[in-house]
Amino acid sequence: MSGLVLNNVTKEFGTFTAVNNVELTVPHGTFVCLLGPSGCGKTTLLRMIAGLDLPTDGAIRLDDKDITKVPTHQRELGMVFQSLALFPHLTVGENIAYPLRIRGRAKEEQKKRVEELLAMIHLSGYADRPVSKLSGGQRQRVAIARALSISPKLFLLDEPLSALDAKLREAMQVELRQLQQKLGITTIVVTHDQREAMTMADTVVVMSKGEIRQAASPIEIYRRPADTFVADFIGSTNLLEAEADSAGRVTVLGQPVSGVSLGAGVSKATLSIRPEDIHLTAPGNGALAGTVTFVRDLGGTIETFVDIAGRQIVAVSTPRARPEVAVGQPVGVMLLPDVCVVLAK
Amino acid sequence: MRREAPQKLGDYGPLFFPAMMLIVFFVVPFATMIAVSFFQRQQGGFYVPAFVFSNYERFLSLFFANVLGFSLMLAITVAICCVLLAVPFTYLLTRMARKVQIVWLVALLSVLSLSEVIIGFAWSTLFSRTAGITNLLVMMGVMSEAKALLPSFGAVLTGMVYQAFPYTVLVLYPALVRLDPTLTEAARTLGASPIRAFFTVVVPALRNTITATLIMVFIFALGSYLLPQLLGRPQHWTLSVLITDQAIYQSNMPFAAAMAVFLVLVTLGLVALTVMAGRKGEAA
Repeated sequence: MSGLVLNNVTKEFGTFTAVNNVELTVPHGTFVCLLGPSGCGKTTLLRMIAGLDLPTDGAIRLDDKDITKVPTHQRELGMVFQSLALFPHLTVGENIAYPLRIRGRAKEEQKKRVEELLAMIHLSGYADRPVSKLSGGQRQRVAIARALSISPKLFLLDEPLSALDAKLREAMQVELRQLQQKLGITTIVVTHDQREAMTMADTVVVMSKGEIRQAASPIEIYRRPADTFVADFIGSTNLLEAEADSAGRVTVLGQPVSGVSLGAGVSKATLSIRPEDIHLTAPGNGALAGTVTFVRDLGGTIETFVDIAGRQIVAVSTPRARPEVAVGQPVGVMLLPDVCVVLAK
Repeated sequence: MRREAPQKLGDYGPLFFPAMMLIVFFVVPFATMIAVSFFQRQQGGFYVPAFVFSNYERFLSLFFANVLGFSLMLAITVAICCVLLAVPFTYLLTRMARKVQIVWLVALLSVLSLSEVIIGFAWSTLFSRTAGITNLLVMMGVMSEAKALLPSFGAVLTGMVYQAFPYTVLVLYPALVRLDPTLTEAARTLGASPIRAFFTVVVPALRNTITATLIMVFIFALGSYLLPQLLGRPQHWTLSVLITDQAIYQSNMPFAAAMAVFLVLVTLGLVALTVMAGRKGEAA
């Protein structure tokens, strides 16, 4: 199978396990985001794929070839570092040509390739500038072009956009995704920004404490999170404890609800409901009874905070479907079965 | 940050103290030396104020030209050897654990506390026939019999490199510590082996630091006058040795001063050339 395959990859630093038994398959040409809070092992995993760290255990295969112990410089990859690591003593063109120069390609070929890449990143004519004279976004592009100059088999990026301001970051996310699709290159990005992962990735790999919690498409991760960690980490959600009696009747926060099932033989579970899926109605009719405690009107969206038996939940709606509620008013919260995700306790 | 140019005389206040120190401890002695270099020497070790060029004329001979040439060559060799050894050493040192670094730095600093005399005698023992390192080689069976390694050019060079090495490391250390370690990692992911990454990224990125270090060690080595006498033959004596000889043993202050002034001028000229070459390389 072509692409990148990780088997049982584990990395220990002394007694600390940074990456624990990771199994992951990245088919050729896909865009994968490793997503997780800081310290979850995502950067260590990327460094092992790059060969900058060696796994304590397990194997890494690229296109059916075991590369676990192949030194970094023989892996034919391109990597963009968080600090970008542009060489300060070289010009823009020399930075981009560096991988070609190291491989002893002809001067003419180097020049032609640099021009191609500069055109690709919309910086034609910048070849002779020193890198210190570039703006943040331009440096970012140069780092990307340098990593791509040999058309590598793997394109790795470690928090590549974290140094940019919010607006530029959003634009670069779209640009990076379009570039990857045009080149069809297998790409792995480490990020802690879930918006970034959702924007760019074919597959989002959510990690926590050195382990993969879920690997799936962005929409699947959002709609059907595998556990409470993923549900809470991706977007915002309301997590509600639910209990079922022997007859399968479900109570949430001590109030009976209809239409929701926890599955056969399950007595306790957590329900995850996205704020935009919460439907506010009049109290009664099988809805959870609560009290409105605060309304945050942001113009584009309206967030209603509802207190149910001491637990605060948030409902988000658009101005078109503005709920007719006021602070202190009793309100009913409908849990529609098709949007409730039942997560094992 | 942009600063305004000083407006009033008082704005120069912070400069008074360093300026005073510079004048008292550098400008005045150096000016005195320049003046003395034009004085007339009298028999018996005294000199009277005059304005003669005879001290400089005496210096313009093949003998002194040779000594000057040798001194410059020795100082340049010492500077190059020190930098060649210290750059890889310091680079590896900065990548070690903090504790290991401290041990090494303390060891290097303790070498600095040794006086030139002690270093000279220590090396003359190590290079001697009776108690030197060749005895170890004989014991290991590498050599058939012990021999003296001094006096020789190699012995002078070793002693001076040993003496200048800690300074070289201490000058290079801050720059190497500040060097972004991801630069080498980036070079490796882009296809450079660790050794090529070192030569294509670390060394060029440190070019200015390395030039500055070369100049510093060069000037430091130029002033050395004890080690060449302790470890070398008379043909390995530097201009500094001759200056000391003239000033102290021959009691010829004006001539010693003239040689010292000449040495300073040549040194300044060489440093200026190096800096200019560095600028040119940067612009290209």
